[in-house]
Amino acid sequence: MKNTKNNRTIKYKLYSLGALLVTLLILGFLQVNSSQYSYQISILERSAIYAVVAVSMNLLTGFTGLFSLGQAGFMAIGAYIVAILTIPVEQRASVYYVNGISPAIANLQCPFWLALIIAGLVAAGIAALMGIPVLRLKSDYLAIATLGFSEIIRAVIAAPQLDRITNGSYGLKSIPGFPNLFVAFGLCALCILLMVLLINSSYGRVFKAIREDEIAAQAMGLNLFRYKQMAFIISSFFTGIGGGLLAMFMRSIDSKTFSINLTYDILLIVVLGGIGSITGSVLGAFLVTAGREWLRFFDNPLYIGGIQIPLFRSGFRMVVFSILLMVVVLFYSRGIMGNNEFSWAGLGRLVKGIPDRFTKKKQKGDNTL
Amino acid sequence: MSFTTFLQQCLTGISLGGAYALIAIGYTLVYGILRLINFAHGDIFMMAGYFMIFAMASLPWYIAIVVVLIVTVLLGISIEHVAYRPLRNAPRMSVMISAIGVSYLLQNLATYLFTALPKGYPEIPFLKKIFQIGGLSASFVTFLTPVITLIVVYALITLIHKTKIGMAMRAVSKDYDTAALMGIKINRVITFTFAVGSLLAAIGSILYFTDRMTVFPFSGSLPGLKCFVAAVFGGIGSIPGAVIGGFILGLGETALVAMGYSTFSDAFTFVLLIVILLIKPTGLFGEKTTDKV
Repeated sequence: MKNTKNNRTIKYKLYSLGALLVTLLILGFLQVNSSQYSYQISILERSAIYAVVAVSMNLLTGFTGLFSLGQAGFMAIGAYIVAILTIPVEQRASVYYVNGISPAIANLQCPFWLALIIAGLVAAGIAALMGIPVLRLKSDYLAIATLGFSEIIRAVIAAPQLDRITNGSYGLKSIPGFPNLFVAFGLCALCILLMVLLINSSYGRVFKAIREDEIAAQAMGLNLFRYKQMAFIISSFFTGIGGGLLAMFMRSIDSKTFSINLTYDILLIVVLGGIGSITGSVLGAFLVTAGREWLRFFDNPLYIGGIQIPLFRSGFRMVVFSILLMVVVLFYSRGIMGNNEFSWAGLGRLVKGIPDRFTKKKQKGDNTL
Repeated sequence: MSFTTFLQQCLTGISLGGAYALIAIGYTLVYGILRLINFAHGDIFMMAGYFMIFAMASLPWYIAIVVVLIVTVLLGISIEHVAYRPLRNAPRMSVMISAIGVSYLLQNLATYLFTALPKGYPEIPFLKKIFQIGGLSASFVTFLTPVITLIVVYALITLIHKTKIGMAMRAVSKDYDTAALMGIKINRVITFTFAVGSLLAAIGSILYFTDRMTVFPFSGSLPGLKCFVAAVFGGIGSIPGAVIGGFILGLGETALVAMGYSTFSDAFTFVLLIVILLIKPTGLFGEKTTDKV
């Protein structure tokens, strides 16, 4: 009995190793032919970055039960810090051509990995300050307050008083991108891995306890505020890094990129993937980002037998997309994964279950007849 | 700043505040009953703007206004029916996410149907007439907005305190389950609440957009959030609170713009929100609630 169990874990480990190898091979292939597949690569990179932010939102919403809508604000902080710290010094004059650059940051430059860490730390620091007033609030009040903070951050970034640092409404350009694909995906994977380790640690169990029942958790002697604060800070740290990665991906940013709609996009990924499931969030990020591109054919005029179908024109894609999301919210509120995680055993059961399901349906049909 | 400019700015602020107040009431009513931030409310307001454009294209203004009010109410009711009713017993977060989904859908639908470019809002001739009182000059709508707001609020308070359906609304907002046990048809009360909220949003939209002159698919999202803040500021569930919140917001925002901090005028709203949540989390006129285990 024990032996077979051991065998099975070894088998699953081998599967994981295989999957990792296949991913690396695909990445290597894309890297070699990057000019040919630039469109696909950009979709995959965006998905991976959204996955980081979605997992960090899930850490807060799904695992700690704090419904925060401040993601876009923290992403903005991260993105601007990475941009300011990594734009090559010689190109700064052309980026800040309108208002000039503040002497304090004119010669400040550091490698991108350091910039990303600083971005995360600053986002975390701001989250720590923000958390003191905001985390005393509950559910929807918390959501609206964090959303408010995110708007304030955006307004501050766009303010003319900060023109010489953030370049105001002109945004920042010439941000160096990822050196290669492995760095981009490696960083995203590392962030997600760190969050997984956190969730599986004793801290993660405290977070889940708070999610299940705040009052009971408090009665068990947990310092609610401290752990909520911790979850909020850690989530913001990774959101900040996610924002920095997004800046490196987009190469040019402005404050409008980080509007409330960005938060909503991330929220929809989390909901679609399943609140409380990390693999769900990752899967959701890839599905939603790729889905937008797949649905692109809705935007083009469609001809059937020489007659143009009137519905298909620019913008229809997003309507279909939002209807799909409403359907998920209303009828599959658990999302793709619910609060389960992906496992090879689960996949095996699913594959085995498919024929069963068909036969069962048949039996049911027989009964009704 | 001379005294006349000051008065002029006050007038603008009060007028903006009146429109905000009308929308804020919609939030307060729905939140009072369903404990739901109706994120789609701002987009209902935006859709009312588009309805007006199309209604005015073929109808005289007095019929167009009636048509817009009816269509907006229908939109509000159908949103409640499709997106919120199936989730009556779901956790609060799901309903809120559904509301965000509806808002997203309405914005995308508006972009698809009417393109993302701002569309000119039709001019209702008598509303745009310029009035002069002393040194003040403003269009008629600027004077009219606060007056309409106060009339509507008076009517609404009478409705809630003097009629049977108003009593039902109060009962449902106090205690959902007990109200159901007392034989109140919850769904009917909720539908009615959404109808009233959407009606006010439509009135607010006509007043707001006549001043702004353009409508675009996202023109509802920020005013929507601001009005929610106004409702929270006044104490969610309280109608006078929502009105006062709306006016304070309108005045404060206009003051910031007049002082040259227009980029912060949006952030002001949220600063106000955070301040009130820290000092008095239930808002100015909110009732104190206690959590029970």
